Amino acid sequence: MASAALLSAILIATVALSSWGLGEAGIRADFAARLLQPSAAHLFGTDQMGRDLLARSMHGLALSLQVGALAAGLSVVIALGVTFVSGFGGIADSLARFVTDLMLAMPHLMLLLLLSFMLGGGTAAVIFAVAVSHWPRLARVLRGELLQVQSASFIETSRALGRSRWFTIRHHILPHLLPQAMVGFLLMFPHAILHEAALTFLGFGLEPSRPAIGVMLSDAMRHIGAGRWWLAVFPGAMLLVLVLSFEVLGSSLRRLASPTEART
Amino acid sequence: MMKASPVDPVDAYLGPAMARVGPEQKAQIAASWGLNRPVPDQFFAWAGNVLSGNLGFSSAYNMPVSRVLADRALASLALTGLAWALSGVLGFALGLLAGATAGRWPDRVIRVYCYTLAATPTFWLAMLTLAVFSVQLGWAPICCAGPIGVLPEDVTLGQRFEHLILPLAVLTAFGVAQIALHTRVKLIEVFESDYVLLARAQGASTWDIVRHHGVRNAGIPALTALFATMGEIIGGSVLAEQVFAWPGLGRATVEAGLKGDVPLLMAIALLTALLVSTGNMIADELTRRIDPRIRAGSR
Repeated sequence: MASAALLSAILIATVALSSWGLGEAGIRADFAARLLQPSAAHLFGTDQMGRDLLARSMHGLALSLQVGALAAGLSVVIALGVTFVSGFGGIADSLARFVTDLMLAMPHLMLLLLLSFMLGGGTAAVIFAVAVSHWPRLARVLRGELLQVQSASFIETSRALGRSRWFTIRHHILPHLLPQAMVGFLLMFPHAILHEAALTFLGFGLEPSRPAIGVMLSDAMRHIGAGRWWLAVFPGAMLLVLVLSFEVLGSSLRRLASPTEART
Repeated sequence: MMKASPVDPVDAYLGPAMARVGPEQKAQIAASWGLNRPVPDQFFAWAGNVLSGNLGFSSAYNMPVSRVLADRALASLALTGLAWALSGVLGFALGLLAGATAGRWPDRVIRVYCYTLAATPTFWLAMLTLAVFSVQLGWAPICCAGPIGVLPEDVTLGQRFEHLILPLAVLTAFGVAQIALHTRVKLIEVFESDYVLLARAQGASTWDIVRHHGVRNAGIPALTALFATMGEIIGGSVLAEQVFAWPGLGRATVEAGLKGDVPLLMAIALLTALLVSTGNMIADELTRRIDPRIRAGSR
């Protein structure tokens, strides 16, 4: 847990520092140094345009972090919104549950493809698509939490004291949902990053001009047959380390937040 | 059908926006496909056609959508179906092993494997296997469902299998993780139960217990998990098919998306949603049936 948190923090810091420190210089095309094998000068080798893969991977990870954070954040907001609607009970609750179940019926990737296609691709489309497709699971968790809180005696007390509905929600219900929402965000984050990369790889995601991991891997696809393995190995491995550390962090936090249901 | 419907009206909006041709041509094509009509009209026309069995015409493949689906369903079924079944069997076996050795090294290895795979991009693993087994070692073909230059009809069963093996291995490797983790948790529960304590007192070995108590008790949750992960396998197959150039529905989805082929995209989305919601329903039903309280009531 602590080591995962530390690793994630170090990773973010490294990614941020190096993508900022290396700046544009690191990923400038240098056609004299095309497709070089990994060496001391280029630890990860260079790509088909002579760009240093290490620098480019760092930029890619920074981009992944940004897109992932935005998408997961937006998704948590949607989940909270749906939970809020659920809170009114009755028809509103049934409707919210119906929509949640509907969204769960589509495989993520298929839904992502459709959404991103609908929006015409690009960064904003990916963020939106990932956000829209990932909230249902969290919404379910939050709804369970909400039902628990709603039946608590302090809610009744608050109402009996003549507090307005809005006051009760803000001061008594929301603080109880936020920890779960935070854990939800952390659990969603690695998924968002992975799905962004997959979507970009398939050609529906970030613009090919940006140094995204998905773009790099889809370029690398064309060089696999020629035995240029480093183009594929390093960016993917970096992504794996990033996602894994957040996954471990997220699931250990979940174990803290709800020990009983976190066994799987 | 109800489960898939919200996606469709949204998608119907796309029709006019996505035809990326010159403006005059665009208008012509749009008119010939009926895209100049109001969106609700289009959607209802489409929905009516689907209900009467007409899925429309695929612009990316220049043939009726139903033919594209028929051509590709078999290839997809062979890959995805086999991967699904295999990941069920292997995942169950791994889960049993992990559960029986909980806390010791086989369990740790299996858990690390499962968590690592959950964080691995599917398409990246697929690319790695290509780089290692096809390019470096030359053990497996690099793409497609048959040798290049051979008509699909002429590909022998052996060749087919040769081409199937890498994508199948990759997809299975991913499918295994969820099933194994579910089985493991269930088996650990079994081991903590009173009847296992009794069995132990009677001198049963760990493997006896796994055989007699574990398989039965963990089997149905594992099966439930298997049905619930159908969507993930299908999603993974889109990526695997893309990397291995496997001529299945996943590749058709990507193609349809990139070429703005709305009828094909919608047909595949509809099909997937149907499959996955059926899978989810089966999973729900299984869960309900194995719930001891409900079972006790019905007996």
